[in-house]
Amino acid sequence: MAALFKARKALGLCLSGCRGFSALAELPETHQLLRQTCRDFADRELTPIAGKLDKEHAFPKKQIQDLGAMGVMAMEVPEELGGAGMDYLAYSLAMEEISRGCASTGVVVSVNNSLYIGPILKNGTEEQKQQWITPFTTGEKVGCFGLSEPGNGSDAGAASTVARQDGEDWVLNGTKAWITNSWDASATIVFATTDKKLKHKGISAFLIPMPHPGLSLGKKEDKLGIRASSTANIIMEDCRIPLGNMLGPRGAGFKIAMQTLDSGRIGIAAQALGIAQASLDCAADYALKRCAFGAPIGKLQAIQFKLADMGVAVESARLLTWKAAFLKDSNQPFTKEAAMAKLAASEAATFCSHQAIQVLGGMGYVTDMPAERHYRDARITEIYEGTSEIQRLVIAGQILKEYQ
Amino acid sequence: MSGRVLVGVKRVIDYAVKIRVKPDNSSVVTDGVKHSMNPFCEIAVEEAVKMKEKKIIKEVVVVSCGPQQAQETIRTALAMGADRGIHVEVTGKDYEQLGPLQVSKIMAALAKKEDAQLIILGKQAIDDDCNQTGQMTAALLDWPQGTFASELTMEGDKIKVVREIDGGLETVKINTPAVITADLRLNTPRYATLPNIMKAKKKKIANLKPADLEVDITSRLEVLRVDEPPQREAGVKVETVDDLVARLKEAGRI
Repeated sequence: MAALFKARKALGLCLSGCRGFSALAELPETHQLLRQTCRDFADRELTPIAGKLDKEHAFPKKQIQDLGAMGVMAMEVPEELGGAGMDYLAYSLAMEEISRGCASTGVVVSVNNSLYIGPILKNGTEEQKQQWITPFTTGEKVGCFGLSEPGNGSDAGAASTVARQDGEDWVLNGTKAWITNSWDASATIVFATTDKKLKHKGISAFLIPMPHPGLSLGKKEDKLGIRASSTANIIMEDCRIPLGNMLGPRGAGFKIAMQTLDSGRIGIAAQALGIAQASLDCAADYALKRCAFGAPIGKLQAIQFKLADMGVAVESARLLTWKAAFLKDSNQPFTKEAAMAKLAASEAATFCSHQAIQVLGGMGYVTDMPAERHYRDARITEIYEGTSEIQRLVIAGQILKEYQ
Repeated sequence: MSGRVLVGVKRVIDYAVKIRVKPDNSSVVTDGVKHSMNPFCEIAVEEAVKMKEKKIIKEVVVVSCGPQQAQETIRTALAMGADRGIHVEVTGKDYEQLGPLQVSKIMAALAKKEDAQLIILGKQAIDDDCNQTGQMTAALLDWPQGTFASELTMEGDKIKVVREIDGGLETVKINTPAVITADLRLNTPRYATLPNIMKAKKKKIANLKPADLEVDITSRLEVLRVDEPPQREAGVKVETVDDLVARLKEAGRI
C-alpha cells in the first residue's frame, strides 16, 4: 500500500516535471500572450522614459497605475480579491519584460507583488486580505516590506524593533532601513520582536497603514541605481496599531519573512534577467552598427565571445528562474532553486551590464546610451532580498540536506 | 441598433522588423520573423470593444484569414475583449496570393451568415498598404462606407463618421448596416489585461474554409518581382540657384 502511494507520488512529480520541461521549450499560449503584452507595454511606455525617470528620481506613478489596470500589480491574487489569478511563471515573465524596459518600475512591481501582497495572501485572515490586498491591486496604492534595520540586514533574526501590547493596541518602536517604495507606499508590513527571550521565534509581523501617527520616513536615499524607486528608513516612535493588525500568529514573523523572501527571490531573479537581457540587446544592436577596422565590430571574435558569454549567462539564469517558478506553482519545495535563480540572475545582470559597457566603449560610459544605467541598476540585484553570500549559504544548506 | 459587429484582423510582419527580400525576389522573408496584429486592426478591435462596453452593440466577432498562426492574432483580439473568433483557413500558395478582393468576398459572406450590422476594419494593412478591403466589402454588400474614420458617433440607426481626408476632416452620416475603416486617431488600443488574457483561452474560435462560404479565392493578380527600395545615395550641394536649375536639367528632371 505504502509502495503504491510512493509510486503515485513519484509519477505525479514526474508528470508535473514533464509538463515543466516541455514548457521550457515552448511556453503555454496564455503565457506567450502575457509575455508579449508586457513586452509591448515596456517597449512603448517604459523604455522611452526610463532614462528620465532615473535622472529625476521620479516614481513612475502613471505607469504603475496602468500596470495595475492590467492586473500586473497583483498577479498571484485571486480574481475575487481584485488580482489577475495567474501563476508564478506568469509573474516571472511579466517581471522580466517590465524590468527590461525600466528596472526601477520592475522593483516597485516586485515589492508590491512578492513582498507586500505575498505574505498577506498566505498568512492573512479574510478581513485582512480584503482590507490590505484589494486596494493594492489596482496600481493606485503600493505596499512595502520592513525587515532590514540599520543594525541588521542579513542577520534578520536580530530584529531590534520591538512591539509591546498596550490594551487594545500594539505599540511599535524601532527603525527599519532600506525600505523600497517607502515614500510612495500606503501600507507596510513590519517585523518586530514581541518576545525577546524567544530570539528569532519571538518576532511577529504587523500591518501598518501609511501615513500613520508614530510612523515617519527618513530621507530618501541617493542611490547608485533603481533611482525611480524610493528607498528610505521607516521610523516608528510609539506607533500604535490595533491588535487585529498582527499578520499571522504571534512569533511566526521570522518564518513568514523567510518564506516571503523565498518567493520574492524568483521575482528579483526575473528583474535581474530583464536588466541582463536589456544589456545584451544594447550590446548586440551596437555591435551590428558600429564599424571599426572596416567592418561592424560584431564581426570581431573578441566582441562575439562577449556576446556569447552574455547569452549563456542570461539563458541559464532564465531557465533556473522558470524552474523555480514551476516548482512553486506545483507546490513543490523550491527554496534551493529560487536561491540559485536569484544568484545566477543577479550575477548575470552585473556581468552582462559590465560587458555591454565594454562593447559600447566610450559610448557605454555616457548617459546617451542606456548601458550605464543598466550597469548601475544591476548592482543592487546582488545585494537586496538576500545577498549573493546568503544565497550561497541557502543553496549549500539545501544541497547538504540532500545528502543526509 | 443592437447586435453584431464583425472586425477583421490581419496578421502582418511586426512594424519594428527590418524587412528583407528573398534572394529569388519572389517575396519578403517571413520565416522566423516576428508577426503581430496590423496596428490599424488593433484600432478597429478597440473601437468595437468600446462600443460593446457602451452597450451600443452586443457582440464583437473577430475574423482572420490565413494559416494556423492567424489564430494567435484572433486570440490577441479576444484578450482585448472580443467575444468570439472565426478563423478562415487559407494556407500555402493560396495564402501568398490572398488579397483584398478575396478577403472582402469572405467578409461579405460572413456578414450575411452572421447577420452583422457593422463591419469595422483597419484602413489598410502595413504590409501591402492596399486600402481596398473595406471599400470592396461595402460594394459587395451594397452597404454604405465610412473610411479613414477618426471619430464615430451613433445617432439612432445612423452613424456619423468624421473622416480624415487630404484636405482636412470630412463628416458624413451613413445608414447602418455599414462598413467602417479605422484610421490612426480613432482611439488608442488598450493593453490586454491579465484576467482577459486568461478569459480569452476559453472563448471560441470557429474554423472555416473559404469553400464553406462558397467563396472563390483564386487570385486575379500575379506578383512578378519584389525588390528592395533603391539604396539612398549621397546628395550634392550646389552654390547657386542657376547651378541647381542646370543640374536638374542635366538629370532630365525639368
